[in-house]
Amino acid sequence: MTFELSHFNAALLFALCASTVFGITQRNTPRDMFRYGAYCFSLFVGGVILAAWVMWAIKH
Amino acid sequence: MANPQDTAAVPRNLRNDAAAPQTNSMVAAATIAAWLLPGLGHLIQRRYVRGLLILLAVFIMFFVGLGMQGKVYSFNTGDLLDILGFIGDLGAGLLYFVARIMNWGIGNIHRAVADYGTKYIVVAGLLNIIAAVDAYHIAIGKKQ
Repeated sequence: MTFELSHFNAALLFALCASTVFGITQRNTPRDMFRYGAYCFSLFVGGVILAAWVMWAIKH
Repeated sequence: MANPQDTAAVPRNLRNDAAAPQTNSMVAAATIAAWLLPGLGHLIQRRYVRGLLILLAVFIMFFVGLGMQGKVYSFNTGDLLDILGFIGDLGAGLLYFVARIMNWGIGNIHRAVADYGTKYIVVAGLLNIIAAVDAYHIAIGKKQ
């Protein structure tokens, strides 16, 4: 069985899983865990989008 | 100001006993279990939601990585990155040994996504190590 994920979807799934574990392990209360997980996820996705625009700018 | 949970004046039914340190054997068991099976260290300490979320996150990353034809590293003494890849993969515990026994994760150098899969598998192991350390912290009472 093989998965055919696009680069963006692969990055999103990576961000979701990593943020989940980061949130659980780096904070103490459920509320803080959720907030930190969401923060990490937004940084991951924001970094991906930013890097994509930088690469686009380099190419053009 | 002292933490009210640290004082004996707090009635027993109002104390948070979940953060109480456990015996050495329980600490070792929780840590090793957390490494062997992702989330198990939390589950046996009654952190069911956290344990299930860790289990899901690590399993998804590991098996999606395999599905993307990522490579599972074997023990090697060659290139430094290969050695580090092996150490990262080993963090997945039983998942790693099952993958090796079943001969999964041969890799495919002809697909760019397969390289992502390799990274997925390594990061699944590293996330599991972080989760095992967290389970250890819960067991010694450093974290609730």
